[in-house]
Amino acid sequence: MNRLVVRRTLYSNHHQPKCPWKRGFCSGGEAAAAAPASSASSGQLNHKDGSFAGDDQPYDLAIVGGGMVGMALACSLATKPLTKHLKVAIIDSNPALANKLSIKREDPPDPRVSTVTPATISYFQDAGAWQYVQQHRHAFFDKMQVWDYTGLGYTTYDARDVYKDVLGCVVENRVLHSSLLSRIEDTDVQKTIYPSRLASMIRYPSSSVKADDNTREASYIKAGLVKLEMSDGSSLYTKLVVGADGAKSQVRNLAGFKTTGWNYSQNAIICTVEHSVGNHTAWQRFLPGGPIALLPIGDNFSNIVWTMSPKQASDLTVMNEDEFVKAVNQAMDNGYGPHPKSNFSNGSNKFSFLGGNLTMSTNESFEVPPKVVKLASKRAAFPLSLMHANDYVAKRIVLIGDAAHAVHPLAGQGVNLGFGDAFTLSRIIGEGVAVGTDIGEVSLLRKYEAERKPANIAMMAVLDGFQKIYSVDFGPLNVLRAAAFHAANYISPLKRGIISYASGEQRLPIFP
Amino acid sequence: MLLFPLPHFPRFPIYSCSSSATKRRGTAMAAKLLSRLRQLDTRLISLQHQRPFFRNARLFSGQQIPSSDSHPSLPPTPTPTPLPPPSAGSAGEKRQRTSSLKDHELAKFAAISDTWWDSEGPFKPLHAMNPTRLAFIRSTLCRHFSKDPNVPKPFDGLEIVDVGCGGGILSEPLARLGATVTGVDAVEKNIKIAHLHADLDPTTSTIDYVCTTAEKLVEEGRQFDAVMSLEVFIINISVLKISDSRLQHYFSFRSIHLVATSIHVIEHVADPAEFCKSLAALTRPGGAVVISTINRSIRAYAAAIVAAEYILHWLPRGTHQWSSFLTPEELVMILKRSSIDVEEMAGFVLNPLTGKWLLSDDVSVNFIAFATKKAEG
Repeated sequence: MNRLVVRRTLYSNHHQPKCPWKRGFCSGGEAAAAAPASSASSGQLNHKDGSFAGDDQPYDLAIVGGGMVGMALACSLATKPLTKHLKVAIIDSNPALANKLSIKREDPPDPRVSTVTPATISYFQDAGAWQYVQQHRHAFFDKMQVWDYTGLGYTTYDARDVYKDVLGCVVENRVLHSSLLSRIEDTDVQKTIYPSRLASMIRYPSSSVKADDNTREASYIKAGLVKLEMSDGSSLYTKLVVGADGAKSQVRNLAGFKTTGWNYSQNAIICTVEHSVGNHTAWQRFLPGGPIALLPIGDNFSNIVWTMSPKQASDLTVMNEDEFVKAVNQAMDNGYGPHPKSNFSNGSNKFSFLGGNLTMSTNESFEVPPKVVKLASKRAAFPLSLMHANDYVAKRIVLIGDAAHAVHPLAGQGVNLGFGDAFTLSRIIGEGVAVGTDIGEVSLLRKYEAERKPANIAMMAVLDGFQKIYSVDFGPLNVLRAAAFHAANYISPLKRGIISYASGEQRLPIFP
Repeated sequence: MLLFPLPHFPRFPIYSCSSSATKRRGTAMAAKLLSRLRQLDTRLISLQHQRPFFRNARLFSGQQIPSSDSHPSLPPTPTPTPLPPPSAGSAGEKRQRTSSLKDHELAKFAAISDTWWDSEGPFKPLHAMNPTRLAFIRSTLCRHFSKDPNVPKPFDGLEIVDVGCGGGILSEPLARLGATVTGVDAVEKNIKIAHLHADLDPTTSTIDYVCTTAEKLVEEGRQFDAVMSLEVFIINISVLKISDSRLQHYFSFRSIHLVATSIHVIEHVADPAEFCKSLAALTRPGGAVVISTINRSIRAYAAAIVAAEYILHWLPRGTHQWSSFLTPEELVMILKRSSIDVEEMAGFVLNPLTGKWLLSDDVSVNFIAFATKKAEG
């Protein structure tokens, strides 16, 4: 190990090298400089799990980032017969991974929630993790009402329009996370958790090792495996690195993937509120500053996601709770503009000439959302942006989830795209193992990219389009938007198409 | 002057000859090939290659091509019987494959190894087709040997031989699927490259690569559960005009491989019946044989020769000789004569939009056949 001939160029954090990964050199700071010499000695002693001399090296997969999407990938791999033998390393400094925190039913709901679409629910059911979600608080909703401040139109969606029971389910993020972890615990997959942060990621060129060097580390280098070094000095070799570490992905930076995107000049406030009556509908109203969404999370609680300009966001975050509750009620009810006029409920509306097969929700009248009684959690605000990595894969690296794409929360699609990535990647890895491919092969990973990239880009385009259209208050545009509301409400095939696209049943908006 | 060679029909159907007629026909074809080889040899010598590769070109026997370092010489004149090595004295030493290789030789092989294994490089079509072939092999072998296809290593306990393994593109996935693989190729360089690459992964380093031929293995009396011979039935003669010196490295290697493969394959094309007999002898009773090749149809001419070589330049011109393709019926008949029954056949179809190869019922261009040998008793 000490006789390794190492030729590496170190890049400091300030340079962003053009394509460092293609030349096989990457590192994340001067910690890496000391790493090769010392990791050999210190790594073995400091770390109980997976120290360098461990027998469980090299790993087949190293999942950097143990959040929902990373754990979804691990869970899916662990529950399929073709992939459950793969050795997985999980790199995340979150203590919740190692010591699972127990979530009690009577805990107040966490404001960080996600809406999972029926497609994601069925992925979870296939992996066997949905049973754990059902043991905690979760709320199915089967109706959704969308309108805007101009009061010119509204749309109601009902799950029965597409002959289903639910449009989606709102679950707290920590519940999703712990369900996936519980499912992984059930299986006997070989996994090792590295509770530290990733410091650097290196793939040495195979010429850096002498041909007759027969140590294990030399053989890993010759095979072109990736070496990951953690901030606590431990290191590991792996065949495939999965970047699931969120929007500010370290893996993406180290690998030099370029991204496209822009910041929305909007922040989102999230909090939990309580009603006096139950709520089983998802409400979304587009205001001049951005949409406000009220999502049921069960037990008379709801979650608020309110997008607005950064200045307004900071004002609303600091104002006292009663004022905030009043502001929310106004935003959902009479503030900013009138209620839309209801559809006549006897069916004799001006669109009855469209004939039969109208969706059930066409005849529903406009409803006012339930009043918020009190605030049940702290308010948090965070900035919104759009981001898309130009490539999802490189040799022995792949990005999933928010590391690859970040979207506006206005349709609750962000984490669903991430889950789609994770379950698709797990399926593709299974197909690769079935024909004996090395799972780090770029040609296999490109299959994953070819499947997910168009779907992700299409969804991002749709969401960005919505965000742009609703950010302008201009008379003719308002009328156009109102016409769109009416069209979505009364033209049943369009409504069915929208529902099935938003539920994840349809991959692309136009071609199914 | 024509833009590409017209298909020329074989003078005799391949399956209906006695052995002496076979030898005569083989001689005639070999003579034609030999003259083209001579042209190629002189052309390549004039390009000042450092590496001698035609030195002891052995045309008719199944013996390997030794790769030691004496000066290049023209191939010997043909005779009806298999030739002993022409310059037996100097050619003698076979290079030891392992420790006496110097570092720079290893580096040279390592560089070439990347070409074989570069999935975007000159062997791209082969890499693209590989998962599809493996899917067919996996489903047929699992069904035949009653193995559970839903496990990561369904071929555990099976002994498979890959005849004409090249760089090991098929052998390595088979080893990862759990089989005990023996890779056989008549070109020693290919074996070296395959060995180098397979050593990188502990799962595949157990593959036994041997530089020999099917006939030799039969003489040694070895038998396997499944015998693979994919894309071997094709003549590869490249008459290359190498203008760019940087490409010489790539194509010089390819021409070694391709011409040498043709040298290896002439005997097969001259006598595919004998080759199939060897494959049959290598199979245990109750075992399986998998063969893939290109159909001798007009559509294959258009696709594999005109499109692939002249229009899309996926393969160097002259890689394939249309007259040496086999139709599925001929293949079935040849195999039947060696008591091997073809049970399943599938075609490979390329979807031009996605660039993916799919299995289909259309055997008119590339096809793969799965056959079994009757169990004893």
